Amino acid sequence: MSNDVDNSRRKFIAAGVAGTAGLVLAPGVTLLDMANARPAGEAASSTKRWGMLIDSTKCATGCNDCVTACGKENGVASTGHPETDPQWIRKIELKEVKSGKSHSLPMMCQHCAEPPCVDVCPTGASFKRADGIVLVDRHICIGCRYCMMACPYKARSFVHEEHDDQNPDVPRGKGCVESCTLCVHRVDKDMEPACVEACSAGNHGAMLFGDLNDANSEISKRIATYATTQVRADLALNTGVRYQGI
Amino acid sequence: MSNDVFRKSKDGAFYFVLGVIGLVVLAGLGAAFYMEHYGHVVTGMTNQIVWGLPHVFAIFLIVAASGVLNVASIGSVFGKPVYKARGPLAGLLAIAMLAGGLMVLMLDLGRSDRLIIAMTYLNLKSVFALNVFLYTVFFTVVALYLWTMLDRKMHAYSKYVGFAAFIWRLALTTGTGAIFGFLVARQAYGTALLAPMFIIMSFSFGLAVFMIVQAVMYSWNDRVLDEVILHRLKNLLATFVAAVLYFTVVYHMTNLYFAKQTAFEHFILIDGGVYTNLFWFGQILLGTLAPLAILFHPGLSKRNGWIVTASMLVILGAFAQLYVLLIGGQAFPLSIFPSMVESSSFFDGQIHTYSPSLPEFLLGMGGIAAAALITAIAAKVLNFMPDDKHHTVSH
Amino acid sequence: MINPAKRRSVLGWLAAALSALLLAGVMPATADDEHGAHSGHKLIAKGDKCVRDEDYMRRNHMKILMHQRDETMRKGIRGSQDSLKNCIECHVNPKTNSVASSKEDFCMGCHSYAAVKLDCFECHSSKPKAPAVGMNPIVTPEQKSEGNDKQSSLSGKMRWQMQAKQASLNMGEGVK
Ligand code: SF4
Ligand code: SF4
Repeated sequence: MSNDVDNSRRKFIAAGVAGTAGLVLAPGVTLLDMANARPAGEAASSTKRWGMLIDSTKCATGCNDCVTACGKENGVASTGHPETDPQWIRKIELKEVKSGKSHSLPMMCQHCAEPPCVDVCPTGASFKRADGIVLVDRHICIGCRYCMMACPYKARSFVHEEHDDQNPDVPRGKGCVESCTLCVHRVDKDMEPACVEACSAGNHGAMLFGDLNDANSEISKRIATYATTQVRADLALNTGVRYQGI
Repeated sequence: MSNDVFRKSKDGAFYFVLGVIGLVVLAGLGAAFYMEHYGHVVTGMTNQIVWGLPHVFAIFLIVAASGVLNVASIGSVFGKPVYKARGPLAGLLAIAMLAGGLMVLMLDLGRSDRLIIAMTYLNLKSVFALNVFLYTVFFTVVALYLWTMLDRKMHAYSKYVGFAAFIWRLALTTGTGAIFGFLVARQAYGTALLAPMFIIMSFSFGLAVFMIVQAVMYSWNDRVLDEVILHRLKNLLATFVAAVLYFTVVYHMTNLYFAKQTAFEHFILIDGGVYTNLFWFGQILLGTLAPLAILFHPGLSKRNGWIVTASMLVILGAFAQLYVLLIGGQAFPLSIFPSMVESSSFFDGQIHTYSPSLPEFLLGMGGIAAAALITAIAAKVLNFMPDDKHHTVSH
Repeated sequence: MINPAKRRSVLGWLAAALSALLLAGVMPATADDEHGAHSGHKLIAKGDKCVRDEDYMRRNHMKILMHQRDETMRKGIRGSQDSLKNCIECHVNPKTNSVASSKEDFCMGCHSYAAVKLDCFECHSSKPKAPAVGMNPIVTPEQKSEGNDKQSSLSGKMRWQMQAKQASLNMGEGVK
């Protein structure tokens, strides 16, 4: 028995030394990769389901931090045509008809588990990644806008104009449909979406990002503890974005 | 016989008309290029009104295309000689209008340059992709059908191919209706009623188009349509128009029955501005009641000119109906939080505005012109003139 | 009545015209492959060796890019040396800070010469991302030598295992 432990320990140390050697040989790459929960080269897997929990009681009317951060991260800017400008995330002000109680909250693609946009897309450009993130593959999107008709949350926008100021991580251009990607390029590097980061940075703490499949993640624990809602739950789309306080 | 259709003396006039139609097609293509080049920002369509005027034209053409085939079906499938003689023309119109409608739909895409992708990457779950399949088979079946009707040697098969076309036509319109029926989140759509309603609409729109084209062909050839035949066709049209009215009433009544839809119904029927006007004056008054009055009027309904007028009114009503359904349905905001009043910088909770632009209109007209062009050329080359000499018209 | 033979020939003509039209639509797409790659254009801002043999790249870069595009888009596999972003890092024209803004730039130089339409940059940025400290996605020494050098390939493998370990450690904690 003790021999076994010794053996494995020796192996572990050896691996550690080799690993350090790797660090020395290629510092930049290793540093970058070290931060990765999922090793580069490995596909996103369905063991995870990324989601978000938004606490509307902590979300203030007039605060636009998440929207600003999203625009900056993804290069979505106003062109002065409000009716055709894409919006990936927007603040909605709500007032309950009966009680008059008001809420303020961010609305974006809800990353449905049963996404209607994916069902209707004729080319398969709309798709759901294994980890639950719903995306548009712009290489095969033909711009028919059927997905926009199908989305119950008005989460999608059509790009009506040419753009040339794209973020290298976020390609986007005229003639295709787009929506919130949950900052997939950041998530793949084990970072949070830009909106969530900005919300925390502003000390609002209204947005929480995490793995809904992991019972020990903070988001799962909170969903297990508090009353949370899915918007338009009647449609049974099993959204990845959940709300608290509405 | 082809000389019968367009006689030599009228060749000049024919090519002039052809030229004019061709110009409209070109204008449509130009408009599409313009939209493609600058992006859809130059149209009236927005992120709120996602589908606009081009889609109204396209859906009209596609729906009418399947409906016009009804004339041929009654002939081949149900063995009525009067309709049989009109089968070839009906088949031709079906192909032409479907082509025109698809042209508009394709050219409106954000990336119409990716046509090959649209046809090679298919998401089989999508109703849209299903429609692509339905259209392709429709073209083939109707082309075969035309062949069996035009080629004497193939006559024997006409009935079977005609039956296939009949079934396929129903599937096609059901598919078109289902495009909307699947949009569960939107108040205006998401009801199974839309599929049968589209079938009835197709009968009515298709026959109206047929009557007009037929009238043009007869008068071009200085021939007079037999009164008995005219009488039958106009009665059929009246039946279809009344059936559409019935479905419209049922559709709105069903919506009113569900409490959450009442706000939407209130919008369309009472205070929707342009949509309310289009509904009551366009669809109901001009597009339904007026033609019904003409078609049942003891005197007017015997006059060819009046029947053509009634058919034109039916088409006008069809456009009004599709405009209200398609654009009115989008103008009413999505209810994301049903028990709350919504507002945002993305126009949540407010009625969306839409003003159709010239390029959109030209693109739509281009589609109609393309259908007319195909019909005119084919009618010149082959004989599509209804031939009632081979059978006696029974009363 | 047109006689049936004539009618059939007309129908035949129509069919032929239709298929010709269809073919014409497909042709440009297939013709691309036959273009000989031209070798005059070189613009390399960084690194001294491409991710594959130059000649191979000239003919097959689109296949590599297409493959990586689907890997990244559909599966989220990022940071590959085959990514468009990585190409841009090395081939950017320092004068224009782009690979496609003018005919002097790497991509446009060849594509305008070969008259092959290039629509990557309608959506993708043709500029490199402003370099962040410690992140250098260009070809690293051991990636370049790809198996020729025993030691570096070994260390590469070890590093891979390390990451896997790191990953499994992170798994339990979820994401903050
Ligand atoms: S919210 Fe809309 S865009 Fe996002 S997955 Fe659901 S249906 Fe698709
Ligand atoms: S617009 Fe693009 S993503 Fe949306 S349904 Fe059409 S092809 Fe699919």
